[in-house]
Amino acid sequence: MNVADRSLRRLTEWRSAKGFRVRTQLKPYLLLLPAFFFLTMFTYYPMVKVLRQSMFTKPHGERAEIFVGAGNYARMFRDMAFQKAMKNNGLYALGTVVPSIVLALALALLLNRSNRFNNFIRSLFFFPTLIPLVAAAGLWWFFFFPGYGLLDYYLAKLGFSETHWLGDSDIALYSLMLLTVWKNAGYYMVFFLAGLQGIPQDVTEAAVIEGANWWQQLRYVTLPLLRPTTAFVLVIAFMQMLSNVDHVIVMTKGGPQNSTNLLLFYIYQNLNEFYDVGKASAATVLNVVILLAVSIVGLRVLERGIHYEI
Amino acid sequence: MKSRKRVLAFVFVMVMSAVAFFWSTPFIWMMITSFRPKLYGGLDMASLWPDFSPSLINFKLAWESAPFLIYYMNTVIVVLGILIVQLVTVSFSGYVFARLTFPFKNTLFYLFLLQLMIVPPILIVPNLSTLVKLGLYDTLLGIMAPYFASAFGTFLMRQTFKTIPADFEEAAIIDGASFFQVLWHVLLPLARPALTAFGIVSVVYHWNEYLWPLMVTSSPSTRTLTIGLASFTQAAEGASEWGVIAAGTVIVILPLGVAFIAFQKQFVNSFMFSGIK
Repeated sequence: MNVADRSLRRLTEWRSAKGFRVRTQLKPYLLLLPAFFFLTMFTYYPMVKVLRQSMFTKPHGERAEIFVGAGNYARMFRDMAFQKAMKNNGLYALGTVVPSIVLALALALLLNRSNRFNNFIRSLFFFPTLIPLVAAAGLWWFFFFPGYGLLDYYLAKLGFSETHWLGDSDIALYSLMLLTVWKNAGYYMVFFLAGLQGIPQDVTEAAVIEGANWWQQLRYVTLPLLRPTTAFVLVIAFMQMLSNVDHVIVMTKGGPQNSTNLLLFYIYQNLNEFYDVGKASAATVLNVVILLAVSIVGLRVLERGIHYEI
Repeated sequence: MKSRKRVLAFVFVMVMSAVAFFWSTPFIWMMITSFRPKLYGGLDMASLWPDFSPSLINFKLAWESAPFLIYYMNTVIVVLGILIVQLVTVSFSGYVFARLTFPFKNTLFYLFLLQLMIVPPILIVPNLSTLVKLGLYDTLLGIMAPYFASAFGTFLMRQTFKTIPADFEEAAIIDGASFFQVLWHVLLPLARPALTAFGIVSVVYHWNEYLWPLMVTSSPSTRTLTIGLASFTQAAEGASEWGVIAAGTVIVILPLGVAFIAFQKQFVNSFMFSGIK
């Protein structure tokens, strides 16, 4: 059947269905209405609005808003704080996504067999997932406290000198990464555990019969079969990296010298401290574009690995 | 051979226990410090050894230094309010995408999925001005509203409804059941595991959320636990009252922590569910 035939058939089908019963035709739309209403208000409309806002100046008292085109973007790209935030976010993404995924995978492989001991250890690793990031930040604040905080207290016993974990612009971002890996590794571990359970037993058994050792089994059977899970976790992790700022707001406020400024914190700061809606909007548009790009690429990779039934 | 295996198993248990111990130090420190009778910080605050008779003074001070009761109530209202509305919107839209065929179905579905990637906190700039215009700034409803529809929940319910045979539904319709009766008496009871999973994930997410409630609220009467904890931590840190900070943290994470210890399996499963489906 060629394209024209197909669309003609679709049209007739649709028409006959339409004449059939108006109520059935309206039903799906009526049922979607509540959800669609809120999505429009808080997802679609704001996306359009922020794009528009990013091209205007903020109205000020009597003065109306002025169209500046790419002006806000130009101002943003020239902003040293922005450049630093972008660089930091890249570094932060790399320094948190990779270690937490590797750690999560290792933990999942080690704790795959279910018994009382493993279940208990799994729970310990998963627990940080359940607590607010601000609460985690509060606890780690003491860990990072120079001199008598937990890290320095025990490192001093090993002969290390005092470290300004959050006050040194060379170290602060890495300290935040440490906290983030601690917070998220257990979360990703759960997905890998689920992925491991999804691997059919006979495949691994076949590998064992063929004489594959533990490493070969991992390298040639388990890891390839875990690829969809890995892609999925990668996407989630990247999204989290771009939408988490609670710890930055509480612990460092982007400092010292913007060394812990991340993209979403930059938006927060421009909105909340500098009242620069133009720049904040431009940064939001950029953040949305990056998020969409990451998720589209990620989902493509994911689709190649598994077959969804839609 | 057998003894070698046993040695390996022993080494495994020891190593994993050690790693798990390091992983839990924040919680161990929190529990010990919150019961430490010392008021101000000092060199031995970092000690993980409970060499004291436990005291509740830190909890008393923490509880008195912030209106935690109001924060608790606000958090519970926000979390349950979001969940109740979500359960309705998510069941409806999940059903539509699982069972009905209609023009623009795929387009609409992809539009829904957009929210999976663009979560409300990313859009704080425009969402905040929307809320101000609606008169919802500094209200609990303002914290809740952006989450009333959930793409994740829609997707989860759609997948779940798809696994329920259409025969069940048809049998009910033949018996004269209306759409709402079918949903309430046939589909939703069968979808209980998915609903529970979604409920847990939603509650955990909103109990823990910080940035959005921080932006929307300005008065103590509308603030949630996380905001209370953050401002209280920052105030206490100046005086280095670590015991009080630890006690405040316990106060905030206690309900979910206890629920987790009681229902570990459900919690872990629901998070797995949230990824797999």
